[in-house]
Amino acid sequence: MIALSGVWLTLGERPVLNDISFDVQAGQTKVILGASGSGKTTILRVILGLYRPDRGSIRVDGQEITELDERNLTLVRQDMAMVFQGAALFDSLTVRENVWYRLWEHSRLSDETIEQTVQESLQFVGLADTVDKMPAELSGGMRKRVGIARALASGAKVLLYDEPTGGLDPINACMISRLITKLSTKGITQVVVTHDLDAAYRVADRIVMIQRGRVIFDGTPDGLQQSDDPAIRGFIDPGSLTNGWETFANPPNPVD
Amino acid sequence: MLTGSFDLRSTLIGYVLVVQEFTALCGQAIAGLVRPPWYVRETIYQIDRIGVGSVFIVVLTGMFTGMVLALQGAVQLEPYGATIYVSRLISTSVVRELGPVLAALMIAGRVGSGIASEIASMKVTEQIDALRAEGTDPIQKLATTRLVACVLMIPVLTIITNGIAIFGGWLIARLYLGIDSYFYWTWAFEAIEQRDIVVGLVKPAVFGFIIAMVGCYAGFHTKGGTVGVGLSTTQSMVSSSILILASDFLLTKLFMAFP
Ligand SMILES: Nc1ncnc2c1ncn2[C@@H]1O[C@H](COP(=O)(O)OP(=O)(O)O)[C@@H](O)[C@H]1O
Ligand SMILES: [Mg+2]
Repeated sequence: MIALSGVWLTLGERPVLNDISFDVQAGQTKVILGASGSGKTTILRVILGLYRPDRGSIRVDGQEITELDERNLTLVRQDMAMVFQGAALFDSLTVRENVWYRLWEHSRLSDETIEQTVQESLQFVGLADTVDKMPAELSGGMRKRVGIARALASGAKVLLYDEPTGGLDPINACMISRLITKLSTKGITQVVVTHDLDAAYRVADRIVMIQRGRVIFDGTPDGLQQSDDPAIRGFIDPGSLTNGWETFANPPNPVD
Repeated sequence: MLTGSFDLRSTLIGYVLVVQEFTALCGQAIAGLVRPPWYVRETIYQIDRIGVGSVFIVVLTGMFTGMVLALQGAVQLEPYGATIYVSRLISTSVVRELGPVLAALMIAGRVGSGIASEIASMKVTEQIDALRAEGTDPIQKLATTRLVACVLMIPVLTIITNGIAIFGGWLIARLYLGIDSYFYWTWAFEAIEQRDIVVGLVKPAVFGFIIAMVGCYAGFHTKGGTVGVGLSTTQSMVSSSILILASDFLLTKLFMAFP
């Protein structure tokens, strides 16, 4: 469904992605795991075509997207939806308008059909009663769930999540993980970026681990747990580290 | 010495880059006019917010400008016994220069910085990326609509400023200078030439373009979280004020070349 091969990207002066290759099969939930600043968000952005890589190939549903102009990228993006780290709900619109945004802008569906899709998506995330609220009136966990509802309502076949459980209490985090698992049983392809190991094990079919813009592991959750690669052990069990922290910590992040 | 020249060079390159990016943004915003989708509702909303929302400040600006011009003008004209012609002085200076420039500076403060901070906060909260992810061109949706609203509404606001300024002058002329109302208004209109009206409308349209585009540029190029939002807002106000004053000079010069 999605295949990255040999993707390199420099932002500003900093090489952020260094030869990233992995693929995501249709219907799979793939977790991209890594420390802050390792380049996870950037990977989602290149998949969406928000950044153009310097080198390498990115195929979405068989189509090479690195050479497309913004026009044609828009068409490819219709198959994908992203749940942003801070949800990125449009502040000036109500929850309903946020959720129906894509259908309303781009589809010829009737208002009733759209409204029904909005209701279903919000029910799925358990927020049907917030349709008329503004994003500012919602808590962080609720905003993320509305973000998921917006992604769902778009009818996309691929959902990308940036730190879906980041900054949430354990109950909300667990609720979000459940939603992701539930969606994977519906056959949606999902890419979940996180540094939260619990969440990763809960939702992943496959895990890719990134360190400083490089893939250091690509396999099953069991494979990750059993790995004795010191770099991987250092991430999944940092208590065992006695030195060498700087290998895992990334240079200070000017953007976040 | 060496570091000094190096700094100068990189600073210059920095400016050239800004000009390039700014021009590209203007081009994209204008291109957004000629191809669908047209965000009519968003444009009307912006016209309302930018245009109608600014009436109050331009009324105050016009009022005080006209009143102070009447007071100062009377002082200047008095030695020549020409106080009764104060309305000529008020209407020409307001229509040609003070109305467009003062209205634009006030609107740059209110509207330009508003555009900058709104887009900047959308940028830092990834809403701009979300727009792109949803298949919307953020420049067309946010910049083109605001550009249209500013270019249409700032001339209208300037006309209001001018009218109120001449009215403010009349209040002073009537109450303190004892000038006959009929005489005041006749000379006020008599003094305005056709070209003043043309210049008086071209200038605010250009200022509207500057206010909208500088605000959008500052917003779209925001970096670094909430601190960046504040910086962009301030930067847009300073830059658009300076560009308004500079382009006012250039336009005045240009129009003088065509008598
Ligand atoms: N627009 C940008 N300009 C310069 N550097 C950037 C930009 N975006 C991200 N980076 C850098 O790229 C690295 C990876 O960023 P990111 O993908 O956001 O990491 P993660 O999501 O894993 O925390 C960071 O070191 C960050 O500083
Ligand atoms: Mg990130």
